[in-house]
Amino acid sequence: MPYIPHTPDDLQEMLSVVGVRTLDDLFADIPPDMRPQSFNLPKGQGEAAVCAYFEDLAAKNSPDMISFLGAGYYAHQIPRAVDALAGRSEFYTAYTPYQAECSQGTLQAIFEFQTAVSRLMDMDCANASVYDGGTALFEAAMMAVRATRRRVLVVDEAVNPVWRVMLGTYISSLDLELKTVRQRDGVSDLAGLVAAVDDSCAAVLVQNPNFFGAVADYTELFAAARAHKAFGVISVYPVMQAVLRTPGEMGADVAVAEAQSLGQPLSFGGPYLGVMACRKEHIRQFPGRIAGRTTDLDGKTGYVLTLQAREQHIRRAKATSNICSNQALCALRALIHMSLLGPTGLTRVAENNMALARYAVERLTALKGVELLNDAPFGNEVALRLPIPAEPLVDMLTSHGCVPGYPVGRYYPGMENVLLLACTELNSRRQIGFLAETVGGLL
Amino acid sequence: MKTIFAKSVPGRCAWEIESDAPGAADMLPAGLLRKAPPRLPECSELDVVRHFTGLSRLNYSVDANFYPLGSCTMKYNPKFTEYVAALPGFSRLHPMLAQLSRGAACTQGALQCLHETERWLCELTGMKAFTFQPMAGANGEFTGVKLIAAYHKARGRTRKKMLIPDAAHGTNPASAALAGFETVNIESRDGMVDPEALMAALAAHGEDVAGLMMTCPNTLGLMEVHLPRIVEELRKVDALLYYDGANMNAIMGKMRVGDVGFDVVHLNVHKTLGTPHGGGGPGAGPVGVGERLLPFLPAPRVAMREDGSYRLEYNLPQSIGYMGPFYGSFGVVVKALAYMLRLGGEGLTRASEYAALNANYLKKRLEDVLDVPFARRFCAHEFVASAPEGMRALDIAKALLDRGFHAPTIYFPLIVKECLMAEPTETESKETLDAYVDALREIVAQGKADPQSLTDAPVSLPVRRMDETAAARQMVLTEDMA
Repeated sequence: MPYIPHTPDDLQEMLSVVGVRTLDDLFADIPPDMRPQSFNLPKGQGEAAVCAYFEDLAAKNSPDMISFLGAGYYAHQIPRAVDALAGRSEFYTAYTPYQAECSQGTLQAIFEFQTAVSRLMDMDCANASVYDGGTALFEAAMMAVRATRRRVLVVDEAVNPVWRVMLGTYISSLDLELKTVRQRDGVSDLAGLVAAVDDSCAAVLVQNPNFFGAVADYTELFAAARAHKAFGVISVYPVMQAVLRTPGEMGADVAVAEAQSLGQPLSFGGPYLGVMACRKEHIRQFPGRIAGRTTDLDGKTGYVLTLQAREQHIRRAKATSNICSNQALCALRALIHMSLLGPTGLTRVAENNMALARYAVERLTALKGVELLNDAPFGNEVALRLPIPAEPLVDMLTSHGCVPGYPVGRYYPGMENVLLLACTELNSRRQIGFLAETVGGLL
Repeated sequence: MKTIFAKSVPGRCAWEIESDAPGAADMLPAGLLRKAPPRLPECSELDVVRHFTGLSRLNYSVDANFYPLGSCTMKYNPKFTEYVAALPGFSRLHPMLAQLSRGAACTQGALQCLHETERWLCELTGMKAFTFQPMAGANGEFTGVKLIAAYHKARGRTRKKMLIPDAAHGTNPASAALAGFETVNIESRDGMVDPEALMAALAAHGEDVAGLMMTCPNTLGLMEVHLPRIVEELRKVDALLYYDGANMNAIMGKMRVGDVGFDVVHLNVHKTLGTPHGGGGPGAGPVGVGERLLPFLPAPRVAMREDGSYRLEYNLPQSIGYMGPFYGSFGVVVKALAYMLRLGGEGLTRASEYAALNANYLKKRLEDVLDVPFARRFCAHEFVASAPEGMRALDIAKALLDRGFHAPTIYFPLIVKECLMAEPTETESKETLDAYVDALREIVAQGKADPQSLTDAPVSLPVRRMDETAAARQMVLTEDMA
């Protein structure tokens, strides 16, 4: 019996201790009319057969095409040491560190993760993580709603639409209002955002670089928010954050991110990693787990889950969030990834990616009718206006084994000719050359 | 142990890519750049490997210790599922590829995985359809109660009350509140939802009741004997019944929630279906629904074309929307499917049977050690016990750690005093359970002879009891807050 150690003798002895004849006798509380009406599941298979089944399925996917697809989720190199260390089963077969004395490995890792995130964002503190970038954005908005007791959220239309639709779903049963400020040609409308923030506003939510890849400075916007006692919330791309002006420098109240780009495989949409950092005065509004440093009975330094009075197992319906876990293993991967790359490695990755994006722009805008969507500064991702609709072009190139980017019109009606293209260290100048030549042949 | 930051030496770098890129200052205006590089660790690869290997050794884990944490189902996680989820054909797949018309052809294997898992879960639970979007159990609860809200809204009514038994997990009321519901507490009697309390709540709130969230077997480890009556009473006011799947490991092959009247269920695949808990996550919380809630499921759904190929269906006009970015914790769901294929229907039933055997065996053997309530009933996959008179559950838990066992869940459910809630799971052997009984017997004897010695425990772990009050007061949450 796979994974069940009982011998026939064990079974008989244990049944007799319990005082029943058969295993099914233990289910006497489920009467016959409540038993399954059907249970047509196949027989189990050997490990090799199951592995072969998945090898076949995996082979039906084509993960190894040349790809310039990003849109918030990026294929970066992941050092093998991340897999090796996060693959230690002392980490992945443990659970939430309720018993601190036998969970110091997990707890210290969370504390170090909180430190790394805070330093990357230049914020006072971070939590142990939430599910993904979308939930992080929602939870940040809810921090503001609770702290300000206001009900209006101003959101930049250039925030990743995947997270904006999640935000819309998450708040739909609550008495909150989402005011979306339109972007213009992929550029966040800073004046429009400032104008939308007033005394009814709980928070203004922006993203840097924004969905279209445009980099901006939100310092003035956050100052305006502060003047109205509203929160400034910013979502960032952790790899680009190695070089970009920080949420802390801009005066953000809460900084969040989808941190998939820090050591998580793309894995067809998850599991991912939502990170949250904030200014010290907002700590008690934080959702989810937080690790803190303290001492034990002998005065020895150690770590515990702390500030639990915010959480659902104590506060129940009045908790800051219903989240009762964190993406611990994903957070560990991110921490190991950041520890291996360090400031130099992460900065070089960001610079390499930015340089490749500039080369891609140079090659593609040399083609007739292809131009930059705007003249905003950009990081490693950039929006291009094509002379033809982007989606059929993407389809044609995909058939040639190259995904040129994301057709923005899927989320932004009226922008059907716009292609969003991202470069990472997995791309090369040669690939970009191939892309430019193939696109050129199709235009 | 020193932190990785304390081990940092300026100028070290474990991992630098080959690049002739110019510095960021040559590519972006200075005003858009950060003033100084982030102060991340500067270490060699070996520094990093030693550090995290060292940290890992400070943990208890299923692979190293018996971990009878109640309501968490810490069963053994088969190793081959890690291999399966890491196959490059899955791990390197960009989720947005599936949204593009040609791209979908490049993701057929992944879509088939989701479709196949949905078929398994439907047959396992008796539900009509599943969404994989919820990223954990609590996220699944939130999805489930939003579906209930959408059902009532589609019938042109707003219902504000969600009934929740007092034995429920704290996430239930928190999730209901997040979906805009007011929660109504239903008291237990004799370890069961009290039918009188339920009737009183229905009488008081009548047609304002949207639904009831149940954990079944409940957190006391007992089957709800009044379930048929509860279903009947809720049906009378067209209120829906939510099944919290935290305890699903108790009933596989013995009861299907869809057959007995539940309208919506979330499963914790990291509990029931053998995927690792990851030190607290990631999990996955797929949500299944019956006919009545089908139109409201989150978008997109995986659909099969007539030619047997798969596509994503976004055109769901009554959908509650998007609970996650894409198709859920795909990398976790793959492991759950691998586990189910390995075990098959018989193996899944057997898992629940042996989980019940181990729990009942342990409960029986501990009857003369701890105060075991409901001793005359069979428990399901877990059971509760109180520390003997004069002893604290916390002290017993810490003394267990000293003997190499992870503690059971303590002080939950709230309705049992000095509660120790143990869930041994089916993967533990009789020898392990016997050793655990011996340890508890010894601890209780020691506690009676020398009460102080228990409050000193643990003494053999990397740290002793932690000053949690100081942690909350001093709030050192990062290296820089020290």
